[in-house]
Amino acid sequence: MSNLLDLIVAGLATGAIYALVAVGFTLLWQTSQTINFAQGEFVMLPAFLMLAVMHLGAPFWLAVLVGIALSALLLGLAFKMLLVDPMLRHGVLPLAIATMALAIGIKEVVKQFFSAEASPFPSIVPVGDVSILGRAISLQSLGVLAVAILAVVGLTTLLNRTSLGHQMQAAAQNPTVARIIGVPVERMILLTFLINAVLVALASVLITPIYLAKFSSGEVLGQAAFIAAIVGGFNQVRGAIAGGLLIGVVDNLAAAYVSTQYRAAVPMLLLILMILFRPQGLLGRAEERTV
Amino acid sequence: MRSIILAGLCSAALLTGAAYAQSGAPIKIADVAELSGGGATVGNNWKNGIDLAVEEINAKGGILGRKIEVSHADSQSNPGVARAQVQKALDGEPYVLLGPGYSGSVKVTAPLAAEAGITQIMGGEAAELTQAGNKFLFRTSFGQQSSMPKVAKYINDELKAKSVAVVWVNNDFGRGGRDVITKEFNRLGIKVAADLSTEAGQADFAADVSKIKAAAPDAVFIYVNEEESARILKEIKRQGVTAPLIGETTLVGQKVIELAGDAANGARGHVGLTTDAPVEAVKAFRDRFVKKYNYVPDHNGLKGYLAIYMVKATTEKMGKVDSKAFADTLHGLTIKTSAEPNILMDVTFDQNGDIDRQGFLVEVVEGKQVVKQVLPKLN
Repeated sequence: MSNLLDLIVAGLATGAIYALVAVGFTLLWQTSQTINFAQGEFVMLPAFLMLAVMHLGAPFWLAVLVGIALSALLLGLAFKMLLVDPMLRHGVLPLAIATMALAIGIKEVVKQFFSAEASPFPSIVPVGDVSILGRAISLQSLGVLAVAILAVVGLTTLLNRTSLGHQMQAAAQNPTVARIIGVPVERMILLTFLINAVLVALASVLITPIYLAKFSSGEVLGQAAFIAAIVGGFNQVRGAIAGGLLIGVVDNLAAAYVSTQYRAAVPMLLLILMILFRPQGLLGRAEERTV
Repeated sequence: MRSIILAGLCSAALLTGAAYAQSGAPIKIADVAELSGGGATVGNNWKNGIDLAVEEINAKGGILGRKIEVSHADSQSNPGVARAQVQKALDGEPYVLLGPGYSGSVKVTAPLAAEAGITQIMGGEAAELTQAGNKFLFRTSFGQQSSMPKVAKYINDELKAKSVAVVWVNNDFGRGGRDVITKEFNRLGIKVAADLSTEAGQADFAADVSKIKAAAPDAVFIYVNEEESARILKEIKRQGVTAPLIGETTLVGQKVIELAGDAANGARGHVGLTTDAPVEAVKAFRDRFVKKYNYVPDHNGLKGYLAIYMVKATTEKMGKVDSKAFADTLHGLTIKTSAEPNILMDVTFDQNGDIDRQGFLVEVVEGKQVVKQVLPKLN
């Protein structure tokens, strides 16, 4: 039983990171019908940007801030203007394929400029345990969970409680009407790209101390977050959060109680079941086809 | 008459020239290693070790008066690419083939070298590699069948462990190690409290470490590749597992220490080769390597270096450069440091191409490998 609790806490911590990445998937989908298959590499890259800044002699906290800013610039602004805008007019599929190419490009560039070998990455949370209800719980797990929850709460507050958030939702739900009532739709879409870039940078800071900085580490993350977004509901931020946490826990329980070899198959199975029996996801809205 | 003398002189000059070209032509050696991809650390250390040895030997006039010429090819840490590169290298009719370092790549390339009758000196450690009856394959370090009994003995005699959790990576290397050590545990009456298979490249070890915790073993035996070793060591520290952690070179290597940081402290392992060995010749090698490349090599640097000196000692034993007789000469050969100082430690090769040499038990203390025990050469 105590083992089960450990597994659930560790699973929630990993799941919270998946949730951050999955939220980005849903934001981009809602505002610009972009399915970003490079989302995993978007999590991998900021860690290397931060390491590069640290190589220049900057302290870790400064490297994190610069890394987040560079991420917003490259993975938010440049991604939207140089890839999404020109490709989207050709349809969702060419854009999705372009993001796959981008994923390969990012991996190869990182491999070329840094190395194919893994590098260590500092943790923002100290190593140690804290006793909760007589159980020793890892400070790192709690720290990751806390930062991820804060980020998600901040995002949902922005979306639901502020005028800016309402404008973003309006731009996402019906851009034509939003334009008529004076919402700067283009700026709102750009904002979601920037938010996604910041979320992936945050996920990068949280996951890289555990996974190590390596050019290929985005593959696992991207896949887990994509499954989380679909299982939770691709068109709802809260769905992506629920999906992320669920996949984190299911993945950990599968590794412990099914087998390590089949751990990757269990979330996939969940994905198939969800598509068959509840295609809109756990908390998603059913959408009618427009054509 | 004058023309006959002239013709005779010309022929003599041509023949002498040909003979000179024959004896003075460089000895061609081909190396195929993991110069990029996941095994880049392994391959580049191996390559640099080779280049250092070649430079030293050539500076002293080469082997039997002939310089060595080495070509390096990149397997990209991929067995398929390794096979193609080895085939290409063999087409060039090298004297000896060096590499690869990954057991999986050795497994698919060894039949090619054997078919060509070319000796292959490699870095792989999987037990099965030298058990397939290949008469042209030689190791540069211990195979699992030599190292695992020593690890099991240490766990039994020194740690007095009665139950052990075994964590292994599900590939040729990991499976081989797990099979040998489990057999040893059974022989010594040690219970395997948990048998945990992990995947190559696995990122998250939370569930595996939870299982270790639940099994509450007296010791944990970890046999995964370097990066995964670092990840599991960090997770073990995160979850507060206090049982002693024992492994092989891949648990206590320089790269693991760099990646795992504090989490590597306390990890213990058997290593066949380490630049921290309390052996003067090894220390001198380390200094020469650092002077040339500006970093401390891991055991793969030593393996590459020793491979070239194996070629030198064997060739000098034969007294001729004969690729066909090379393997037969190396089988059963003992190379002593008194005869070849740069072989670093006395070594004997058996009929399977396995080696017998002294080994070391090390512990990571404050981010450094510290040799705790020297295990003598068996014969």
